[in-house]
Amino acid sequence: MDQFDLAIIGAGPAGMAAAQEAAGHGLRVVLLDEQARPGGQIYRDVDRAGSLRGDILGSDYTDGRRLTAGLRHDGIRHVTGAVVWAIEEGFRISYTREGRAAQLAADRVLIATGALERPMPLPGWTLPGVMTAGAGQILLKQSGVLARRAVLVGSGPLLYLIAAQMVRAGTPPQAMVETQTTADLLRAMRHLGGALRGWPYMLKGLKLLAEIVRARVPRHTGAVGIKVEGDGRAEAVRFTSRGRSQRIACDTVFLHHGVVPNTQAARSLGVAHRWNADQTCFAPVLDRWGGTDVTGIFIAGDGGGIGGAKAAEIAGKIAALRIAELAERLTEVERDGHAVPLRAALDRELAARPFLDAAYPPCAEALSPEDKTVICRCEEVTAGKIREQARLGCLGPNQAKAYGRAGMGPCQGRYCGLTVTALLAEANGRTPDETGYYRIRPPLKPVTLGELAAMEETPLDKAEKEITT
Amino acid sequence: MNPASPFLELEQGPRVSVTFDGAQLELPEGANLAAALLAAGVDVLRHTPVSGAPRGPFCMMGACFDCLVEIGGVVRQACMVEVSAGMDIAKPRGDADGPV
Repeated sequence: MDQFDLAIIGAGPAGMAAAQEAAGHGLRVVLLDEQARPGGQIYRDVDRAGSLRGDILGSDYTDGRRLTAGLRHDGIRHVTGAVVWAIEEGFRISYTREGRAAQLAADRVLIATGALERPMPLPGWTLPGVMTAGAGQILLKQSGVLARRAVLVGSGPLLYLIAAQMVRAGTPPQAMVETQTTADLLRAMRHLGGALRGWPYMLKGLKLLAEIVRARVPRHTGAVGIKVEGDGRAEAVRFTSRGRSQRIACDTVFLHHGVVPNTQAARSLGVAHRWNADQTCFAPVLDRWGGTDVTGIFIAGDGGGIGGAKAAEIAGKIAALRIAELAERLTEVERDGHAVPLRAALDRELAARPFLDAAYPPCAEALSPEDKTVICRCEEVTAGKIREQARLGCLGPNQAKAYGRAGMGPCQGRYCGLTVTALLAEANGRTPDETGYYRIRPPLKPVTLGELAAMEETPLDKAEKEITT
Repeated sequence: MNPASPFLELEQGPRVSVTFDGAQLELPEGANLAAALLAAGVDVLRHTPVSGAPRGPFCMMGACFDCLVEIGGVVRQACMVEVSAGMDIAKPRGDADGPV
C-alpha cells in the first residue's frame, strides 16, 4: 500500500492550495478527488473551459487556473476520479477508481470536501427539471449547457451570480423568486460596518444586481407559499409576493438558499460537530489550524464552515503549515511566521460573511416544510411523517431511520439530514445540538461487490493473519 | 442542438452514438452524461423504487444519487460518467449490480 505524509480529500480551492503548500515544504502528498479534472465545484473543469465560457463565468472562475497549475509538483500525486468511501485509523483510505477499489495510507488527512447545497424541500422539488442552482452552475462550467426557460428560487449571492451569468450567455432567467425580505436586509444592517471591510464582495454583488436589472429580469422578493407545479416534470412556479399570487411558466427551476458544510467524511471519523446558528447548519469544531478533536484529521474550506472559495484557499494553506510543522518540516516559529499574512487575508475574506448570512437567511418554509412535502428524496419520506415520528417519541435522526427509513437511501442523508434534525428539534422543543445528526458510517458512497472483488491485493493485518493461518 | 430541449448547448463538438432505453442519441464525446442527456431533451432518468415517481439530475456533483442510470448492466450516477461511443444506457431496473 502506498504511504504518504498527507492525504487530501477533495481538489477544490482548499485541497489544491493545501497540496501545493504542503508539497512546497517537502511533504509527500496524495490528492484524491472524484472528478476527472481538478477545481472542485467552484472551479469545475476550469482548465477545459474555452474563452466563451470563461467570459460568461468571469475572472473569479478563471482565476482557479492559478490553483490547478500549482498541482504540477513532484511531491503531489493527484488521483482523479477517486471516490473515497472509507477513512480508517492509521490512516487507511479506501476508494474506488475506474470500477476497482484501492487503498493507500497516510500519516495525516485533510478533509477538503467543501459544501453541499442546503436542502430546499418545497412542494414539487423532486420533479425532473428542478435542480439546485449549483447544478445549474456546474452545467454551464463543465458542459456549456444553459437552461432556456428557468426560474431561480430562493435567496443568496449565488442566485445573483447565476442570473447574471445567464444574462451574459443570452438566456436570462424568466424570473427570480426571492425569499428574503426587506426586514432581513434591515436586520443585516448592523453588520454593515464589518461588511464594508469586505467591500470588494459588496461591490461585486451590486454589479451583479445591476446586470440583472438592466436585463429586465423580473425580481419577486419576500416570496412565500412557493411550489413547483407540473405533471411528471416542472412546468411552473407558483408563489405569493407582496400579497399577489403568481404563476410563472418555465421548464427549469433552480433552487438555492445557501450552502452548508459537507460533513460526511468528518462525521464518519467521529469528529465533533456543533450547530452554527448564524449559518443555520452543523460545522465541525476546529482549532485555528483546521485541526479536529481526532488526532491527525484536519478540515479546511467550506467543509469546516462556509466562507467561500478564497477563504477556503487560505484555510487550506494554514492547515498545510500546521501539518508540515507536525511532520517536522517546519519549526513552530516558521509555521507562525508563514501564517501571519494568511490570517490577515482570511479575516478580510470573511468580513462580509455576517452581513450576507443575515441579509439572505434560509427560506423559512423550506426549513420547516408543510406536512405533505417529501424531505428525504431517496426514501420519499414526508415532513409530516417525521413530525408523526416525533409524536411517537422519536428524539433524534438515528431513531428516525428506524421509524421510517429517512436518510437510509443512497445519498446517505446528504439532502435530508439538516431537515430531519430541524423538524425533530422543532417538534420536540429541543436544540439542534441536543437533537443531533445522522451517525455516518462507511461506505461513504455506495461501493459495488464487483468493485470490491477487483480490489488490488492488500497485506493482511496481524489479526487477519491469525485467522487465516 | 436539439430545439425541443429545455437546454441550450453553447459549443458544438464531435458526437458519438449511444442508446437510452433503446432510442439512439448523438451525444458530445467525453461530455458529462447527465448534462448531455438533459441537452438532448431526456429529463427523466429513472423512476423511484418507492413510489415510481420520475426523477432527473438534481445536484450534478455526485451527492444526491437522483440521476442513477444503468450502463451496460451497472447502476451509475449519470453526472459522474463521461459519454463514450456505444454506451447502452437504460433506466435502472433495480436488479443490476450497483447501489440500489
